Amino acid sequence: MSGRFNSAYWPDVGVRFTSITHGGGMSLVLDNLKKSYREPGGGRIPVLNVSRFELQTAEQVALIGSSGGGKTTLLNVIAGITSPDSGRVVIDNVDVTGLNEPSRDRFRALKIGFVFQTFNLLPAFSALENVLLGMCFSGKGTDSHRATDLLTRVGLGHRLQHRPPQLSVGEQQRVAVARALANHPSLLLADEPTASVDIANQNTILELIRDTCRENNVSLLLVTHSPDVAARFDRIEKLSDFNRPANN
Amino acid sequence: MNLVTIAIKSIKQRLLSSSLTALSVALGVMLMVGVLVINGVVSDLFSQPSFGFHLVVGPKGSDLSLALSAIYRLDRPGEPLPYLFYKELKEHRAVEKAVPIAIGDVTEQGGFPIVGTIPEFFDLDYAYNKPFRVRGEYLKTPWDAVIGSRVAATNGWNIGSEFKLIHGGAESDHVHDEKFRVVGVLAPTGTPNDRSVFVSLAGFWAISGHEKPLKEAVDRLEKFRYPVPQSLRDKAEKPKKVGDAHAGHDHGHDHELLDEQKEVTAIFVRTKSTAASIGLAGEINEDVRAMAVNPIFPMKRLMTMIVDNIKLMLLTLTSLIIVVSAVSIFVSIYNSMADRRREIGIMRALGARRETVFTIILAESALLCLGGGVIGLLLGHGLVAVASPIIEFRSGILVNPLSFEPLELVLFPVLLVVGSLIGFLPGLAAYRTDVAAALSD
Repeated sequence: MSGRFNSAYWPDVGVRFTSITHGGGMSLVLDNLKKSYREPGGGRIPVLNVSRFELQTAEQVALIGSSGGGKTTLLNVIAGITSPDSGRVVIDNVDVTGLNEPSRDRFRALKIGFVFQTFNLLPAFSALENVLLGMCFSGKGTDSHRATDLLTRVGLGHRLQHRPPQLSVGEQQRVAVARALANHPSLLLADEPTASVDIANQNTILELIRDTCRENNVSLLLVTHSPDVAARFDRIEKLSDFNRPANN
Repeated sequence: MNLVTIAIKSIKQRLLSSSLTALSVALGVMLMVGVLVINGVVSDLFSQPSFGFHLVVGPKGSDLSLALSAIYRLDRPGEPLPYLFYKELKEHRAVEKAVPIAIGDVTEQGGFPIVGTIPEFFDLDYAYNKPFRVRGEYLKTPWDAVIGSRVAATNGWNIGSEFKLIHGGAESDHVHDEKFRVVGVLAPTGTPNDRSVFVSLAGFWAISGHEKPLKEAVDRLEKFRYPVPQSLRDKAEKPKKVGDAHAGHDHGHDHELLDEQKEVTAIFVRTKSTAASIGLAGEINEDVRAMAVNPIFPMKRLMTMIVDNIKLMLLTLTSLIIVVSAVSIFVSIYNSMADRRREIGIMRALGARRETVFTIILAESALLCLGGGVIGLLLGHGLVAVASPIIEFRSGILVNPLSFEPLELVLFPVLLVVGSLIGFLPGLAAYRTDVAAALSD
């Protein structure tokens, strides 16, 4: 796909950046993305080499990869947590790799929702506070009403003040889903979101993530190693099909 | 939710260690507040800028000792002056008012100092433009007593209460038989007068054993170059008969002491002008018999030489305690950083900037310091409340636990700075956290 690069101003981030304009509603574009890690001996281990990957707005994709295949690194690069060696990550027409770190952080807070395998809730905070925490760093202020509404939608309206240790594993992951959607993101990254829950909860969580993304018009990139989980998606991508680190 | 609430949550999460570190700051601040308040009270007491008189006149000796005994009633009185000296001084051209006092005894109950004086004592303001106010009346008859507010409160005395004196101080066990009766209660003055009992000088002299042995009286008069009446000299030469002692008699009669037998401990002198006091002091001090002191000077010297140095020493000590507490907060927060790496990673993954997590750690440390400071402030005044009766009992200095020292306000900005300094390195560790690595822990 060809794109046209422009200079523009993105008010939420508050910085001038280079945007790329596409013909259609593209939520995520990975363009010639490379990432390697330094070895103790001084060499480098290539982890990512993605020439092209695209995700349409509101599209839901299951990304299958084996353990150690670079799935988590890919998500971290997309989220701007880890910088790539080269290449471009474009989300909602914004070249995230071109942003400086503070702008990238702000962009992540506003535009990307993250659901982790181990939920990553803060144990000292209640379910409601964990969701509010997600809003806290966006710079837009917190909205208790929306946080309550989100938790109610994931079936936790009656457990707002419970802290993670007082919630079941499935409930914790629901809080994580609500938190990921707190800032109206355009892209939700889910890293093995059902790997830590039992079979019964797997389905519930998975449907919850997919339904809420659909309702909110949020693109979903869900990483899993489970073919069963992937089978629920219309579009399934094998990481090894488009990531060829050996070619670095 | 904001960064401060996040910091508070984080503190609550490690409640025990947070409480202990805040407590260590609180203890340091408590000691510092205690030192400041008590020192402030002592400073105020001894730095009284003016009195209702210009000079205190007493026997030759230490000017500081004279001021401490006559005004503050904290030191033992020196050798007394003959009453005739007072009479002579009273007539001096520069003197507007001269008020003698006789001290040395204490009340049987509570050990409050007794001040034998004349009703004119209460005409002298206790501080600049601050006249005494009394409930009841001032001294009229020899066995009348006016008590300070603290005496009334501590002993539960009121008008009509009767009491006895212990001769020569609290450590003596000689209780005089004579009883004085309270006729007035002074309004609080914030001065040593609050813990003093004023009795009529006539009554003070009339107490058995207070009259000077005639031989000594004659010697004193000769030393002061006063003419000794032949009758007195004859009486002094006569051997004392058995049964002459007055011990055990009631005060239904007057001793009818001669003026030559009477003594005073010190004399408060108000001169006609401040300039006149300088001349009078010079005149008295040239003489070998007595000395005149403007009490402000020896008290200033006391403050500079002793009180200020003790204050400096104690403040240094308590500052060191706070520094030690600060180090313990630093160690506690720094050690917790390893456990909090993931927490910081999560916040960063949610979009928190490096500066944000740095600020949260800084806020946490500052809150611990400030929280400890507030607790310490309350504990400090509590400590003063507990210590004040002991201080009063041992030194006679009244300490109000609610006394506030302006320096206490400085504590909080200082604690804020200390808290920020403590939080800097752990904050830096949070700032440098590798998010991807922290999340994979």
